[in-house]
Amino acid sequence: MDLAYTQEEQEFRARLRAWLGKVLPELPARPSPDDWPGRRAYDLGWQRRLYEAGYAGLHWPVDAGGRGATPTQHLIFLEETERAGAPYVGANFVGLLHAGPTIAAEGTARQRARWLPPVLRGEEVWCQGFSEPDAGSDLASLRTRAVRDGDAYVITGSKIWTSHAEVADWCELLVRTDAEAPKHRGISWLAMPMDAPGVTVRPLRTLAGSTEFAEVFLDEVRVPVANRVGAENDGWRVTMVTLSFERGTAFVGEVVACRRTLGELARTAKANGRWDDAVLRRRLGRLYGEFGALWRLTQWNVSESERSGGVPGIGGSVFKLAYSHARQELYEVAAQVLGPLSLSLEEEWTLDRLSSLSYTIAAGTSQIQRNIVAERILGLPKGR
Amino acid sequence: MDFQPTEEQRDLRAGVRDLLAGRYGREALRASVDSGVCVDRGLWRELGGAGFFALRLPESEGGVGLGLAEAVIVFEEAGRALLPGPLVATHLAAGVVPGAASGTAVVTAFDLGGGLVSYLGEADAVLGAPGLPAGSPVRSADPLTPLHRVPAGADVSSYTAEGAVLTAALQVGSALRTLELAVRYAGEREQFGQPIGAFQAVKHLCAQMLVRAEVARTAVYAAAVASASGEGSAAGSSEIAAAKLLADEAAVANARDCLQVHGGMGFTWEADVHLHLKRAWVRAEQWRTATEAEELLAAELLGSAP
Repeated sequence: MDLAYTQEEQEFRARLRAWLGKVLPELPARPSPDDWPGRRAYDLGWQRRLYEAGYAGLHWPVDAGGRGATPTQHLIFLEETERAGAPYVGANFVGLLHAGPTIAAEGTARQRARWLPPVLRGEEVWCQGFSEPDAGSDLASLRTRAVRDGDAYVITGSKIWTSHAEVADWCELLVRTDAEAPKHRGISWLAMPMDAPGVTVRPLRTLAGSTEFAEVFLDEVRVPVANRVGAENDGWRVTMVTLSFERGTAFVGEVVACRRTLGELARTAKANGRWDDAVLRRRLGRLYGEFGALWRLTQWNVSESERSGGVPGIGGSVFKLAYSHARQELYEVAAQVLGPLSLSLEEEWTLDRLSSLSYTIAAGTSQIQRNIVAERILGLPKGR
Repeated sequence: MDFQPTEEQRDLRAGVRDLLAGRYGREALRASVDSGVCVDRGLWRELGGAGFFALRLPESEGGVGLGLAEAVIVFEEAGRALLPGPLVATHLAAGVVPGAASGTAVVTAFDLGGGLVSYLGEADAVLGAPGLPAGSPVRSADPLTPLHRVPAGADVSSYTAEGAVLTAALQVGSALRTLELAVRYAGEREQFGQPIGAFQAVKHLCAQMLVRAEVARTAVYAAAVASASGEGSAAGSSEIAAAKLLADEAAVANARDCLQVHGGMGFTWEADVHLHLKRAWVRAEQWRTATEAEELLAAELLGSAP
């Protein structure tokens, strides 16, 4: 067990830190959550800068246009960019962390050449068409259907909770291509252009007041068969590849951010006198310890995946469970530090507190994660 | 960075687990509960012979020459086996108190606040104290941790950090063991025509036990590695405080959840789970309590703010 970074890793960190120190001061502030076209342009602009500096797709394989970096280097990248306050991956989330890695792993040479470079260069935005109104946590019961018509699928149905749908160019879409097969076996994974005729996007307002996600209605949308990644009816397996990437690396930067946030909270509490409340102070101390441990768990999981050849392990579910609850607790403590000010929507803390309510739901609810841990790690029997 | 156990560390773990399974399995544990003999001198010397106490002494002083990370792995196994006795104090006394390293002496310490000391009747020496103080016996919640009330103690503050991380390792071992017991029982016990482990309510209790134990275990390993590599003493000690805090919680909460999974059986003297719970309570009071750990972390947090 060794927490020390190698010479090469330290040099990588130093180069990255120097580059961030040079480019970040001249970067304008990110547009507000009400301005999605503005955010799209901003996030793509940042991706372009990463691309030009050689930091795009760091963890992607070289033959997919990536840099073939080790999981540890990717960890350093996420740690340093967050520590320096660099822009969040934002609208590029699905393309970079989800659809991209999936196409890199499962796509044909032609598909990789078509879709991967624009993600890395910051030219195209992807969204995720997995969830449906009647199939959220029970993802495999999705009903959106695709009927083969010559060299195209004709798709009818609807998707929901689709982040960035309004400003996306492509959608990684799960459709049912065989209604007769058992529910996990009749699904296919398609890349759907969002400007295809028959696609309607209706923004959903979140409880935090923002419109970061949407409903997507599909009315006889034609998608070329050539846009299918993986074999027909093999989409569930392809999806599992995607989800392991989602849980493996999605939250690394956020742990670093939470530790910085706790520092700000402690300073605020010291300034407004609430630091003298021993119960509150100790709750802050405990959270600081928890986020420190979560950072170590991240390093543990990354080391494990490095030993197993870069495949994210099932430890992602353990991490997500602990992390999502700790982060919600963080904002409850923040509200105590702020007192009545925590009722003001002018406070960034208040918006963060509202947003944090999604953490135990999005990317697999805590209940689903507990089932995964109990059945796949502990080997408890399936049941209800 | 390779934050995974080395092959030598895995071998060490397997060796200690085998030794303890053979020498202090369930029957030995229950026999010591029945007889009230908490420290088996023969076993203590065997542990000494296997390098349990001299693990971190340099080879030039007759030790094994390993580090805190290895000690943590070994103590985790002792926690899993629920091995009684002042293991941490004797380990810390190796090289300081004659006979501690070899296991011929049993050494306890003033590691509990509030004027209580454990294993005084079994001990040959008290860490940092000139002789064995007189004390009056107190009935102990844990049948395998006898307690004495003693008026004044010796200062053990220079041992607190290492004592805390080793105690945390014992707690993690116990938390992993109660998880194992709960999962095994949930897979065997049938109600309503199926194993109770098929019910989400039970499944989710077990899943949370794993999450707690894994987070705590990583924290303990990291604290051991970071403080051994001298990542700065302040950071090291706050990391140890976090490890102790999370490990105490994991051991206590996992024992309680394990008891719950066992239902009425869990509330009996025959089930081992109460022994894990009571020992976890003792360890939570040793070396660094939750309150102390949280205050230390809070101070570090405020100081760390840029």
